[in-house]
Amino acid sequence: MLDAIGVASVDELFRDIPAELRARAGLDLPPGLAEHAVRSRLESLASRNVPSLERCFVGAGAYPHFVPAVVDHILQRAEFYSAYTPYQPEVSQGTLQATYEFQTMVALLFATDIANASMYDGASAAAEAVLMALRLRSSRQRVVLSRALHPQYRDVIRTYLEGSGHEIVEVPYDNSGRTDLAALAAALDDRVAAAVVGYPNFFGIVEDLAALVPPIHHCGALAITATAEVLALGILRPPGEFDVDIAVGEGQSLGMPLSYGGPGVGLFGTRLAFVRSMPGRLVGESVDRDGRRGFVLTLATREQHIRRERATSNICTNHGLMALAFAVHLSLLGKHGLRNLAAHNLARAHAVATTLEKGGWKLPFGAPFFNEFVASHPDALARYERALNRGLLAGVPLSRWYPELGSSLLLCVTETASEAAVGELVDTLAPKDA
Amino acid sequence: MERQKQEGLLLDEPLIFERSCPGRSGADVPAPAERPEDFLPPELVRPPVDGLPEVSEPEVVRHYLRLSQWNYGAATTFYPLGSCTMKYNPVANELVARLPGFAHVHPFTPDALAQGALELAAELERWLCEITGMVAVTLQPAAGAHGELTGMKMIRAFHRDRGNPRQKVLIPASAHGTNPASAALCGYSTVTLEGNQIGLIEPDAVRKAMNGEVAALMITNPNTLGLFEREILQISEIVHAQGGLVYLDGANLNALLGVAKPGHMGADVMQINLHKTFSTPHGGGGPGAGPVAVGAALEPYLPVPRLVRTDEGLRWSEDFPRTIGRMRTFYGNFGMHVRALAYMLALGGDGLAQASRLAVLAANYVRVRLSGTYHLAFPGTCMHECVFSDKGFDAYGVKTLDIAKRLLDLGFYAPTIYFPLVVPGALMIEPTETESKDTLDAFIEAMLQIAREAREAPERLKQAPVHTPVGRLDEARAARRPILRWQPRSEAPGKSA
Repeated sequence: MLDAIGVASVDELFRDIPAELRARAGLDLPPGLAEHAVRSRLESLASRNVPSLERCFVGAGAYPHFVPAVVDHILQRAEFYSAYTPYQPEVSQGTLQATYEFQTMVALLFATDIANASMYDGASAAAEAVLMALRLRSSRQRVVLSRALHPQYRDVIRTYLEGSGHEIVEVPYDNSGRTDLAALAAALDDRVAAAVVGYPNFFGIVEDLAALVPPIHHCGALAITATAEVLALGILRPPGEFDVDIAVGEGQSLGMPLSYGGPGVGLFGTRLAFVRSMPGRLVGESVDRDGRRGFVLTLATREQHIRRERATSNICTNHGLMALAFAVHLSLLGKHGLRNLAAHNLARAHAVATTLEKGGWKLPFGAPFFNEFVASHPDALARYERALNRGLLAGVPLSRWYPELGSSLLLCVTETASEAAVGELVDTLAPKDA
Repeated sequence: MERQKQEGLLLDEPLIFERSCPGRSGADVPAPAERPEDFLPPELVRPPVDGLPEVSEPEVVRHYLRLSQWNYGAATTFYPLGSCTMKYNPVANELVARLPGFAHVHPFTPDALAQGALELAAELERWLCEITGMVAVTLQPAAGAHGELTGMKMIRAFHRDRGNPRQKVLIPASAHGTNPASAALCGYSTVTLEGNQIGLIEPDAVRKAMNGEVAALMITNPNTLGLFEREILQISEIVHAQGGLVYLDGANLNALLGVAKPGHMGADVMQINLHKTFSTPHGGGGPGAGPVAVGAALEPYLPVPRLVRTDEGLRWSEDFPRTIGRMRTFYGNFGMHVRALAYMLALGGDGLAQASRLAVLAANYVRVRLSGTYHLAFPGTCMHECVFSDKGFDAYGVKTLDIAKRLLDLGFYAPTIYFPLVVPGALMIEPTETESKDTLDAFIEAMLQIAREAREAPERLKQAPVHTPVGRLDEARAARRPILRWQPRSEAPGKSA
């Protein structure tokens, strides 16, 4: 190869790089390891973590759910995972058709006209939704966030908006755990481009969209919902039926392991009328020369590689493989499996909540919830620690985000918790002798 | 022409929704005894979602396996997609990312019970610092463009702290579209720098554009033409002298491992695409991972949470008053971090350096073998990729798109086409270090054959591809009349007209 190139050594190929850079480029890194040594090294790191699928009672944006073997089997098809963005549609129909099916499934769950090919995660999807609303309502400078929206989603929206000249107003939650309707109404005026609420919100509570959306629209703003636990949409009336303008979410619950918080997949749905303001990739149906159905990336003139600084977003790579995981899991569950799984989560969480209440805990919020709820007890933190010592992840203490909820835990119960673990949880949090 | 795909076992595959049969399910989830209305007011409960598939498990497996067979990946085919570094994704790394101690750890596990995950993150940060010559790293960004946005947010915060966020960012015309888009998202207008006749940015061009209004230069090195920006040291000095910062787009880091460190080039911040240089799978369009490395000037602005080492071990801390904040939930695409570290451990320092040397060798071999037949956009030695164009092929009525489509028929994925924009009809080829000389020779032969066909049988190129599951698709129609989803209960469109 060197002869063909006409150089004497590989070093010669680097002669365009200044010598002073090359002289200092040595890597002070260990030598390579054989496959078995890499594996044992990583196994030893993994062994220092406490995995807790069966003993995990935390959600708060990442949900322990069972992933059927079929999902990972499909994800391990290298034809899917080793491909890239389907720039050559004729040899990418697998990715393209699967993405088109994913877009359809997300639109069905949200009851929105359309959905895109995915975003990074729920929080960045929420931030992109806010940016989109600000483009659609370009004369308005203000965004209203519910304080019951996931704190990290609020943080990310704040980071994305910093320096843009836009203003964020937070509205409190009320005694029921829902966004305070009166406070929201007071915050809405013709300076507001959008209002964002969680659905369910961070407390697991189902917001009253029938009451929240009309005043948002009345002031001319866009209503945005963010769903961190997408399984809830297997049983809750979808945002689109409440006339929500942009519905975003985190899809990790369907098909993805917790993986210490990533990768998941951002979901993004909206009205067809807004499609040209939408961020992210889109797959559309078309035909080939013989009239055969096929799928292509479309409406790319919104995107950075065409429009550069005038693009709707800078997003390029999204979370394609995770969108596939979502679609495979949802295909397995299907219309009734999804509903039943959601109903299971609903029932189990309510059973644990009721038991804790009988055991002396207070449920401070009275509004309906899905598979996650807030429970308070003067001894909450000590009991949380006791549970940890027994290998139970008994929710997450809320004080780090809500000082006023200092002795409260946010608990989540899904299908993965074993009956035995539920029993231990209850015994630890609400011991009979206490 | 009769399509081979219609024959034998290469079967057409309907949409999963079109496979539905009422009552079927691929999951064993019985309804619980309680009704949803026992817990929720009826007006909040939806009926089962109409339109979701009703298919059995074997049907789901068959559906997706068939779709997979309609895909080409780096594992199935040489994938010379320039600027994307489609190197082989080691299978072993898929296994380690799925260890229960990684896959089933909740992000709100107390730090003390997730020390393995935190140690892994800390070690990956150390390796990335050593490779890039920078002082600190955040693993949070989810992709390259997300890393760019993170970096530009930090640059803005840096200038804001000094009294003026400034208004402009300098960006070479050859840059990825994500560069201007990321800068614009941070409120900056962009000033385009044209390259010189050999494809490089001249210090004088930077000097002329540089002033106190310019927040940063975003520069890709090696650039998207596959050329090393030789004057990078002087260029960085010019930017710094006016109080500006240098954003180095690390998309092409695969040329530089053990060869040159961005931290020594005057870079203040850069993103590292783990899915390019460090072999994590591209996934058909993500998930990627775009850690951002910084020099001392920007270190205080890194996103939170950040790792800090204490007597009790590592913990996540948000206690950094000048941080730009959070860019996404949790700690980044941890599953990708596991794979990237596994790759680094397997190669070691020497192996990483060897990877870059072989990647550059392979690109130059392709460059030399195809020069003369294809028009090389800029002469001279290239780094990890080389850029040709369709110049001269217009005599036969053949365009870059035709060349790319014909390659598909000959068993290869196409190079990146029509990018960078500064080369009309660009064909950007990045072979990577994981291809053998045999594969490169076969690809080169295919390219030479296509050039012959362009002269002798141009129709064959225009008809291409014919050996693929579908023929050339009507992209204009898809954009003009967007059909972006399947609709339940409507007349399903026919499979063929």
